[in-house]
Amino acid sequence: MAAGSSIDALGQFELHPVLGALGESLRFSQSPMMMIVAAIVVLAFLYVGMRPAAVVPGRLQSAAEMCYDFIHNMAVDTIGPEGRAFFPFVFTLFFFILAGNYLGLLPFSFAFTSHIAVTLALALMVFCLSIIVSLKVQGAKFFAHFMPAGAPKALAPLLIPIEILSFLSRPVSLSIRLFANMVAGHVMFDMFAAFTIMLAGLGFFGDIIAVGPVVINIALMALELLVGALQAYVFAILTCIYLREAVAH
Amino acid sequence: MARAVMYDNIRRAGTFLASSALALPLMAMVAPGARAEGMPQLDFGNPYVIGQVVWGAGIFLVLYLLLSRSALPKVEKVLSLRRQTIETDLGIAHKAKTRADEAVADLHEARRKALADAQANVDKVVEEARLAAARQTEEMNARLATEIQDAETRIAQARGQALASVREISTTTAETLIHQLSGIAAPADFVTAKVGSAAAARGL
Repeated sequence: MAAGSSIDALGQFELHPVLGALGESLRFSQSPMMMIVAAIVVLAFLYVGMRPAAVVPGRLQSAAEMCYDFIHNMAVDTIGPEGRAFFPFVFTLFFFILAGNYLGLLPFSFAFTSHIAVTLALALMVFCLSIIVSLKVQGAKFFAHFMPAGAPKALAPLLIPIEILSFLSRPVSLSIRLFANMVAGHVMFDMFAAFTIMLAGLGFFGDIIAVGPVVINIALMALELLVGALQAYVFAILTCIYLREAVAH
Repeated sequence: MARAVMYDNIRRAGTFLASSALALPLMAMVAPGARAEGMPQLDFGNPYVIGQVVWGAGIFLVLYLLLSRSALPKVEKVLSLRRQTIETDLGIAHKAKTRADEAVADLHEARRKALADAQANVDKVVEEARLAAARQTEEMNARLATEIQDAETRIAQARGQALASVREISTTTAETLIHQLSGIAAPADFVTAKVGSAAAARGL
């Protein structure tokens, strides 16, 4: 936040131990705490929503079923019939990220998706899964993808490193995209909130002008709601695309 | 069957992968030089940065297991129950529709048959009425013919009688006229002969 006349927009991403000494010894910060909250929210949404198990669903059950159908269709339409096996994984990934993004928008909360370590871990998990599935389904043919079909063999020394580099860049782009979007949104929130506080210190006219950043922050909240859903969707759909390539014969 | 085994294997691979994410902090440790002043996210020397990845992997794994083994099958169960209910109801509706169509077809057939029977009855009644009318007409004609014949006979008899009286009336009329006009009583034979010749000339 604003410290004197300077703005510390990155301080919000610092990790602090929670639960006192126990949290300190277990390296348990607000980030894993919000992960647990996100997991509880996702599970509660499904368990509470599906509790009536009615043939004619209520609003919450409809929402839970729509979420299920949305991810199921995404997985099956993108990956193919094999997508059914990956559906729980894609569902977990999408809602873990979505809940993380949205919980981070609450006051006094923390967006664990704004940490590159978390997004990189998620991206590497997807990357490793796609490699394992590729090797399992395609065997040695998997390596043939690094040499584009029909390309002159003379270009192999150039094309193969490019393809390998392109393949290895997947987890990097996947993780940085989510991380950067979340960081940018939260930094902007902090900046405009700090503007409000700084302007409010300028007297009567400052109080009036200080309304501007508040309005911008409200608009930013709408934008962040969109970005939060969009980034979760992009992460999930790219996961599906990588898995489709992995299961393709 | 083979596909189900493959799905099962893939699912197991997913579980294994989620578990292997626990090892990801080691990968993160390979970039100790990435520490940047001002960006807490890149401070990999901070044990909480790596700690959150370890915790995250565990939480993600638990979430994945709970979702894949409990929560999502629950949703799938409700959705398949609904699908089944809809299919069953649709089947019942289709059967009811088929039965209704058959009933309508039977009704149309019965209606057509009833119409044909009614038409046949009408035709029969009309034919019977026509025959009865024809018979009555024939009987009436015969009766009329008899009556006409009788009437003609009676007329002929009356005519004969009338014609037979004409000479007598004419003779009496002639005698009366002669007597009143001349005051002379004409001989009866003479008048009778003259009337007779005049009547014969007229075909009476």
